[in-house]
Amino acid sequence: MSTPLRNALAATSLATLTLLAACGGGSTDSGSTAGEASDDIAVAASDDTCDVATSELEAGTHQFTVTNSGSKVTEFYVYAEGDRVMAEVENIAPGVARELLVELPAGDYETVCKPGMVGDGIRNALVVSGEAAQLSEDENLQQAGEDYQRYVQSQTGALLEQTTAFVEAVKAGDVPAAQALFPVARTYWERIEPVAESFGDLDPLIDGREGDQAEGEDFTGFHRIEQALWETGDVSDMGPYADDLLANVQEIVARANEVTLDPLQLANGAKALLDEIATGKITGEEDRYSHTDLWDFAANLEGSEAAVQALRPFLEEADPELVGEIDERFAATEAELEQYRQGDGWALHDTLTEDQLRGLSDSITALSESVSQVAAVVADQ
Amino acid sequence: MGAEQGGLSRRRFFGVAGAGTAGVLAAGAAGGVIGRATADEPAAAGAGVTEAVAFQGAHQAGIVTPAQDRLHFVAFDVLTDDRDALVEVLQAWTAAARRMTQGQDAGPIGATAGSEYAPPDDTGEAIDLPPAGLTLTVGFGPTLFRTAEGVDRFGLADRQPAELTELPAFPGDALDPAISGGDVCVQACANDPQVAVHAIRNLSRLAAGVLGVRWSQLGFGRTSSTSSAQATPRNLFGFKDGTDNLKAEQPETLDRFVWVSGTGSWMDGGSYLVSRRIRMRIEPWDTSTLIEQEQTIGRKKGSGAPLGQRGEFDPVDFTAQVDGEFAVPETSHVFLAHPTNSGTAILRRGYSFVDGSDGLGRLDAGLFFICYQSAPETGFVQVQRNLRLDAMNEYVQHTSSAVFACPPGVQGPDDWWGRALFG
Repeated sequence: MSTPLRNALAATSLATLTLLAACGGGSTDSGSTAGEASDDIAVAASDDTCDVATSELEAGTHQFTVTNSGSKVTEFYVYAEGDRVMAEVENIAPGVARELLVELPAGDYETVCKPGMVGDGIRNALVVSGEAAQLSEDENLQQAGEDYQRYVQSQTGALLEQTTAFVEAVKAGDVPAAQALFPVARTYWERIEPVAESFGDLDPLIDGREGDQAEGEDFTGFHRIEQALWETGDVSDMGPYADDLLANVQEIVARANEVTLDPLQLANGAKALLDEIATGKITGEEDRYSHTDLWDFAANLEGSEAAVQALRPFLEEADPELVGEIDERFAATEAELEQYRQGDGWALHDTLTEDQLRGLSDSITALSESVSQVAAVVADQ
Repeated sequence: MGAEQGGLSRRRFFGVAGAGTAGVLAAGAAGGVIGRATADEPAAAGAGVTEAVAFQGAHQAGIVTPAQDRLHFVAFDVLTDDRDALVEVLQAWTAAARRMTQGQDAGPIGATAGSEYAPPDDTGEAIDLPPAGLTLTVGFGPTLFRTAEGVDRFGLADRQPAELTELPAFPGDALDPAISGGDVCVQACANDPQVAVHAIRNLSRLAAGVLGVRWSQLGFGRTSSTSSAQATPRNLFGFKDGTDNLKAEQPETLDRFVWVSGTGSWMDGGSYLVSRRIRMRIEPWDTSTLIEQEQTIGRKKGSGAPLGQRGEFDPVDFTAQVDGEFAVPETSHVFLAHPTNSGTAILRRGYSFVDGSDGLGRLDAGLFFICYQSAPETGFVQVQRNLRLDAMNEYVQHTSSAVFACPPGVQGPDDWWGRALFG
């Protein structure tokens, strides 16, 4: 919950900052296409392997088919340098095969499976040869919006699936299942919050906290159900809230898939996600009943990094020193957070000591100082 | 000052001091050397309250600089093991301190002159405010040289002065580790609280990722005068405080008790800072009788005169008697803390604080005590040990403690805080 990004740049007149037309990405999740693939590369994923049929490709459009033979839900990514997402499929259930279409210019990439959907994943190098496209800084900036839109579309798909599962568990009165799904569904929400928040009317209904409502407005959304799940353990009257939550998420997903953020919105969104961490997650205010704030912390951090990485090709030309500092500080924050990983999730906020929270806070403060410099670099273009 | 002193013998104190073995001062010399600031001239406090104080000098400003009215004190922990990153921050701090002490913005661009899309390099709350006598004084704590676990993070362990060790525990201490210690400190003093807070806020920002704030303390009223041109202020007990403090006008005394010299180390020209957050038990004090208060302190509440004397700056006479009793009780704060009986002298530079209330309806208030000395062991530690039987102990509780080595002043445009230590 913060100032909608939509308004952040109302005054800008830079030609490069106009909203880009929604464009085709690489993910089948989005239902869009990026040309015909001439091949089909098999990826055999399990709980501890990620075997990609090839490690060398020609530049162009390729199709990967990811088959999960493991026991955990997995994800598959193609990353450019700095974990910039070129394409990804989320939520590949055990026994399921999913296809991914991706357009890859010449360069060095990594293919990554994330069994259990956490951590750095199992990584393999992928070299794409051919004539490297030399993009101008303007073109790089334009590309950023498309890259990030691809990321958003991959997340909205998973958000919808996980929210649906969460809502079903709530309506079935299955409290343990709903409690387990709550932080998972929120992960996809929190990763793309800058986009979600740009729809100012829906955000409060989905993610409002108790006490945020105007007089006469009902307390609804994730946190209303969270309160019931953890405070009373009685969700018998949560059905209507669950239905509304799903309807609102469906609506926001439909809208978010159509939006392309401009570069300055991306820069500000990356910073806004870090502010979310500083003001809501480190303090334990976001998930005050479940104390699952570190899930949201990790998701905000990933979302912020995704937004910055979309700008990476531009930033590497415009301010390589800043890129180095940002990389270092993202890594430092991730290392700080990693201490509190427990299995496929995170330690509860109320189990962390003041000292531990301070370590997290210090790393976010430093990262925010660096990320806050990005907008000016973009605007100077 | 041994623990065997169940009853402090006045005679013994005189004997010890007179023999000169208790420390550095002979009793007879005390009045003269420690010097009373000349009475009857507490006029304006030196330079105008809005003017700038010189940043450069042989010694850091903010020590013998006439005490300003406001304080923001902050202790940092270093978050990295990267020595170069730490040095870069100290250099950036020095540049910002040069500017801010002269009334300029923290960064070269300024609060409002930069890109609309960049965070300003100054936070802006000091726009239109004068320099307000701002001084910024930096110090290095023992843990910068060696962590509590003995780790030498920055290759500085062999440069740790022998004098820079953690303070010993004192009876009655109730120290909270979260607001004690620290790797680096900055003392910001100014005659406008917003100027002091602005300085600390901007230095903290410059340090992001390298140093994190461990604790900080605001002070709103100086409790010591450090120049004979200043009137003696009152502390929250309502008493004049700092009458017999060391003063800027006593260079020889300062050389002896405050400045480090002749060590051939990076600390020559520097001084050691001890800070203690001393909570005052305000409500019991306020309901104690006037005579109890005066006997506790050893001075008259109204005039500030030592008991048995008339004027504030009359020398303390420990032999004076009233009705057959010593005028200055031997358990009074003045008796025990006075250079004559503590055998040493320190430059006090503390500030009153009120950190709201404590949840039981009592003021969370007291004295943020700061003192400077050429060695903590023969300065604060020696004085504090002597206060074991201080009647004032009933009304105070020390809740935080820290010690820092403050390097000499910055000299020349290329110099920076800590260059002699890190260079």
